[in-house]
Amino acid sequence: MEKEADPGEEQSTYDPKIIAFCCNWCSYAGADLAGTTRLQYPTNVRIIRVMCSGRVDPAFVLKAFALGADGVIVAGCHPSDCHYINGNEKTAMRGTFLTEFLEEAGLEPQRFKVEWIAGSEGRKFADVVKRMVDELQVLGPISEEGEQ
Amino acid sequence: MSSPEPLGENDAERPQEPRRKTSQAPRIGVFVCHCGSNIAGTVDMPKVTEAVEKVPGVVVAKENKYTCSDLGQDEIIKAIKENDVDRVVVAACSPRMHEPTFRSCIKEAGLNPYMLQMVNLREQCSWVHSREKEKATEKAADLVKMGIAKAARLEPLEAREVPVEQSSLVIGGGVAGIQAALDLAQMGFKVYLVESEPSIGGRMAQLDKTFPTGDCAICILAPKMVELSRHPNITLLSYSEVEDVTGFIGNYDVKIRRKARYVVEDKCVGCGECADACPVKVDNKFDMGFGKRKAIYVPFPQAVPLKYTIDRENCIYFKTGKCKSCVKACANEAIDHEMEDEIVDVKVGTIICATGFDIYVPMKRGVYKYWEYQNVITGLELERLLNASGPTGGHLIRPSDGETPRRVAFIQCVGSRNKKIGTDYCSRVCCMYSMKNAQIIKEHEPDTEIAVYYNDIRAFGKGFEELYHRVREEYGIEFIRGRPAKLSENPETNSITIRAEETLLNKITEREFDLIVLSTGLKPSEGSLKIGKILSLSLSPDGFFMEAHPKLRPVDTAVEGIYLAGCAQGPKDIPDSVAQAKAAAASAASIMSGKKVKIEPLTALVDEELCIGCELCVDMCPYGAPEMVESEKGTRARIVEALCHGCGTCVAACPQKAIKANQFTDEQIASEIVSALEGEDGATGEERKASKKAEEA
Repeated sequence: MEKEADPGEEQSTYDPKIIAFCCNWCSYAGADLAGTTRLQYPTNVRIIRVMCSGRVDPAFVLKAFALGADGVIVAGCHPSDCHYINGNEKTAMRGTFLTEFLEEAGLEPQRFKVEWIAGSEGRKFADVVKRMVDELQVLGPISEEGEQ
Repeated sequence: MSSPEPLGENDAERPQEPRRKTSQAPRIGVFVCHCGSNIAGTVDMPKVTEAVEKVPGVVVAKENKYTCSDLGQDEIIKAIKENDVDRVVVAACSPRMHEPTFRSCIKEAGLNPYMLQMVNLREQCSWVHSREKEKATEKAADLVKMGIAKAARLEPLEAREVPVEQSSLVIGGGVAGIQAALDLAQMGFKVYLVESEPSIGGRMAQLDKTFPTGDCAICILAPKMVELSRHPNITLLSYSEVEDVTGFIGNYDVKIRRKARYVVEDKCVGCGECADACPVKVDNKFDMGFGKRKAIYVPFPQAVPLKYTIDRENCIYFKTGKCKSCVKACANEAIDHEMEDEIVDVKVGTIICATGFDIYVPMKRGVYKYWEYQNVITGLELERLLNASGPTGGHLIRPSDGETPRRVAFIQCVGSRNKKIGTDYCSRVCCMYSMKNAQIIKEHEPDTEIAVYYNDIRAFGKGFEELYHRVREEYGIEFIRGRPAKLSENPETNSITIRAEETLLNKITEREFDLIVLSTGLKPSEGSLKIGKILSLSLSPDGFFMEAHPKLRPVDTAVEGIYLAGCAQGPKDIPDSVAQAKAAAASAASIMSGKKVKIEPLTALVDEELCIGCELCVDMCPYGAPEMVESEKGTRARIVEALCHGCGTCVAACPQKAIKANQFTDEQIASEIVSALEGEDGATGEERKASKKAEEA
């Protein structure tokens, strides 16, 4: 436990990394709209484009955490607005499972979010990223025991 | 599909030199775009290029001022040839913008068009981090590295070609839908026009005259309505609704509900004997509640088709089982109270969505007292009161006593440009329709005193400014800059006093008027929300349908083969709606005239070796694309390519990892994750921790 002695120092330079899986039709378009309207949000997020949030295998989320991501967002179309009829319903189901699983693994619930962001919601995209960065700043890096 | 034609293999002018095989180590070309100062103004481009040219597999990395320009594209082609590049990363704008551009560019250089990975440095980096240049540069380099990682794992794909149905569905029979249908029919395509109301004509049919020219709306619209109903290529489905749409560009299956009008269309001659006999009188929605109609009705005299419809809610027979006065009056035996809704299935290649708008309804407890004072009406109600075929025969009255108003005030921007109620946008027509209506009132009753309370006057169209001058100078209409704060009614005369701050005079004034007209704005129609869900269309922040690109693809939607026309896309006046309808028809025709259309090969594929036949993919797929087939290995899933939309839900669910999503494979996505989480040293968090632990040990 001695190696935990320097978290304060790490905290000050702590720059959380967030992976956001965005569906092509709504959330990726929402992120694009945040750009076209020049909304500013923190640089911590790396967007991975998928055609549907339903493409996001829970294994991708686990892999991201295992490789050092501090937070993961899976973003899709609003319920009943899915471009592929109901792909986001599957995302919602997998999200519930993942949330429970990650909590049991010791990760704080703020680190994983399923969000519905429409193509018109550039503002929401920016806010979701901002909020997660703020929350992760408070939490700090994932603790060692949390990783198992 | 049968005989797929590879997108990369049919270009006659293509250089004949042999391309390298993809089994060899990838040779990646990276092209980083400045986009003028859009990206380069924030991101340090040389630094990004420097960071990525060292990445294994990258054989050439170049910067470009404008990669999408002719020059930029030539440079890509040149670099591909000079360096024997077999896959390309373009780090520029959103793939939603220029992916097709660069696909055809690398195809020109002899590569498979799907060996392209775009990196979004503009919309998702420079524009959103313009105040953090250093961090944005760091992020940009990361994003390009992610793109390189994915590019290294790209596989060539072949677009398949499918035949295109030579027919189109037009949803909405307003002026936009009518024009689009006529244009397509004229070009020789079969058109199904679906209108939910008993007659086509839409909002334009309700208007009195049109601005700025003063043409009578129905006089210019009715000939088009009649032409449409008589056109041999057009099937008009009025009083009908689109229930379901499935399929894809070129091949849409449409389910249409023909609502029972309880009058057999083929037998009804539109004589009106039934309506004369009908004992029920109700408010006419078409006249905005001012006029009356019977329970069996046509909404307005020029209705197309001129077929009567029974309003089931108000018909005595449907309430009590007795009456049938209309049946007795109808000489043609056209009335059938037992009629039921009918479902019609049609197949079309393209769809034009022209679902129009609704009028903003003032708030129940708003300052303008629309629901409390009878003499406060909306702009569209005024249109009906001024209309010669309207409830008053074109004579303007005030609702409280039927007297001619001597003093009329217009209040602008009601339900427009109001952040509080979420309508930030300008409705674009209210300034002009108010001026036009003010002029008509003056023409009917020259002594009327008219004032317009406005915020800003927007007279931007052809002939608009001229009308603005005319109504002020020739008709003496007064324009008062200021938003009314309070309306109060004189209980005896029902006249209304407006208290307002006149911002040009910088004083608060009170003036009495006999009639107040609220210049209500436009909002997305209720029906359009339902249609939007059926067609999977996205909405803009204002609630209207979103176009594929605001500048360059203003009539296309993100869904291929579906186009927008008229106010469904946003408020516009009649000429703009007609222009957009013609553009939508031309876009639809350009697809249909090709006879065949290329479909993106972003579908799923099952590896029979890995599949265990669990059928989970069958449960997951909303399109029924996976089917179970018997092979020598047992029951295995197979994806029917024509049905697969490429969402990848089955891929995520497959417990055997037996399904592959083209262009979004597990390996490709995983490589992006790994790359995103790599540090400066190229090690992931996991690796860093492991080495740290090793050091400590």
